Amino acid sequence: MEKMLLKRVDIPNSADIDVALKHGAYSTLATAFGMRPVDVVNEVKRATLRGRGGAGFPTGLKWELCSRVPGQLKYLLCNADEGEPGTFKDRFILLQDPHLLIEGMVISGYGIGAERGYIYLRYEYPTALGVLEKAIEQAYAKGYLGKNILGKGVNFDLSVHRGAGAYICGEETALIESLEGKRGQPRIRPPFPASQGAWRKPTVINNVETLSNIPYLIAMGADAYAKIGEETSPGPKLYGVSGMVNKPGVYELPMGTTLREIIFTHCGGVRGGKKLKAVIPGGASTPMLTEQHLDVKMDFNSLVAAGSMLGSGAVMVMDETVNMVQATSTLVRFFAHESCGKCTPCREGTSWLYQVYKRLMHGEGRPDDIDLLLYICETVKGKCFCPLGEGAIQPVLSSIKHFRGDYEEWIKSGKAAHA
Amino acid sequence: MSDSHEEAHFCHTAGDKIMFSDSVLQAIRNVQKRYPDSQGAVLPALHIIQKEYGHLTYEAMRFVSQQLRVSESDVFGAATFYSLYRWKNPGRHLIQICHNLSCSLLGAETMIKHLETKLGVCEGEVTKDGRFSFIRMECIGRCDGAPAMLVGDDYHGNLTPEKIDAILATYE
Repeated sequence: MEKMLLKRVDIPNSADIDVALKHGAYSTLATAFGMRPVDVVNEVKRATLRGRGGAGFPTGLKWELCSRVPGQLKYLLCNADEGEPGTFKDRFILLQDPHLLIEGMVISGYGIGAERGYIYLRYEYPTALGVLEKAIEQAYAKGYLGKNILGKGVNFDLSVHRGAGAYICGEETALIESLEGKRGQPRIRPPFPASQGAWRKPTVINNVETLSNIPYLIAMGADAYAKIGEETSPGPKLYGVSGMVNKPGVYELPMGTTLREIIFTHCGGVRGGKKLKAVIPGGASTPMLTEQHLDVKMDFNSLVAAGSMLGSGAVMVMDETVNMVQATSTLVRFFAHESCGKCTPCREGTSWLYQVYKRLMHGEGRPDDIDLLLYICETVKGKCFCPLGEGAIQPVLSSIKHFRGDYEEWIKSGKAAHA
Repeated sequence: MSDSHEEAHFCHTAGDKIMFSDSVLQAIRNVQKRYPDSQGAVLPALHIIQKEYGHLTYEAMRFVSQQLRVSESDVFGAATFYSLYRWKNPGRHLIQICHNLSCSLLGAETMIKHLETKLGVCEGEVTKDGRFSFIRMECIGRCDGAPAMLVGDDYHGNLTPEKIDAILATYE
């Protein structure tokens, strides 16, 4: 497949607007402005593009809901929080092709009728902050942002809003709260952001990768776009692969590429010729898979059928030397740290889980700790205010399901980690 | 806290008097324009102060509250919610080293032990010469270069103990 999303990232100085323009940036604006806004929305809907942030919600549907709400003032927010452990795909676009994102946002804003946009950028990307601010300044100077873009009467203002270190702000209503200057805790839904989002105005929130698909989708048309990759969720997908592979990195491949092809063809297999033990296919909150799942197609539906989720497409590979109790403990610590504290099942559940794992890591595991972990997961499951709690129990449940032996052995041996 | 402090924009830090500079005030005024209401500027205003002074203080939060006319409790609530607002001086260079899964699979704990030995400090403590402090981070989005860390705003990946030594030597 010819690269789209990563087409410009290897070009030297590609974040500079002059370089980006030479390689096709902003060339789809005229096409989009030649369409009615409703047709832009319909095109995205027809292409069945699904959001690349994790949940996989149909982008066109989200846009349609927002665009139908009457009112002049609407917001378009780009979720560049990229906090899911293992995820680093958006960083490539943010650092190397910010103009692709900006172009995508201008077109998206035109489609849904939003004239104001914000990029919610995670604090941990300080370099991207500078790159984005410069890119926005350049886009204003060249007339691709601001008033009357291309002389077509389209207005779009854009700025960066920097987060301050909170995983929960990747959840869209928490992101809105944070944008508004508040504690980043999720809101009750309904009302959904599409009708009442930022500052209670109709709002669309899309991931960096989702918005970066838009210029290509509009340029090639929905029919051609829908032919790329997997039928039920087409398009190119950025897979970020890390852990014990020979060539970690971000790979743009057709949606639905198998895990085996990603790990063994593109990433050069497992480091040191070791045996693969476990794979997390879509970031910390997606259930672990094993060697027997290698032929699963990496798309939304196929991964659900295999008992996991595509999430953000962040593949983390673990070889035979990894102890799954230790690996899971790292993830449980993360979720306990990041639980926002709003709802009890998540706040208490994640910290109880972590207390058990701490005990295990100190070599003080008890024979009934496995049952205790499963019981705590049961008290969290389906009872949380937002998806964080649900995500937090996935590594626990899936590691016990596939690697119960690791737990039993660890508890029996009374070993301690990092000793 | 007397009113005279508020008017002069004084910020007390460990007995030192720091006045919020005009450039800080101007930067806050500028960033306010980006938002439809003044509360939107709370996070950026705190970032501006943290960038200028290295960390936040009680007085910094009061200052933001007054400048933006947002209640103190709302500013305190926001400022204390996020992990990366700091409450003490991190030294000249803050090292943020990742210990989440991808980095820990490839040796993050060994790197952290090395940092502790090399710097002679625990997490959060500043070295005697004031050069460094380090904190553990939950995923800095450099999993492809694991184990990875940030020194100030600079990324360093594929760390080894030797590489860490060489990197630290380049920071004054």
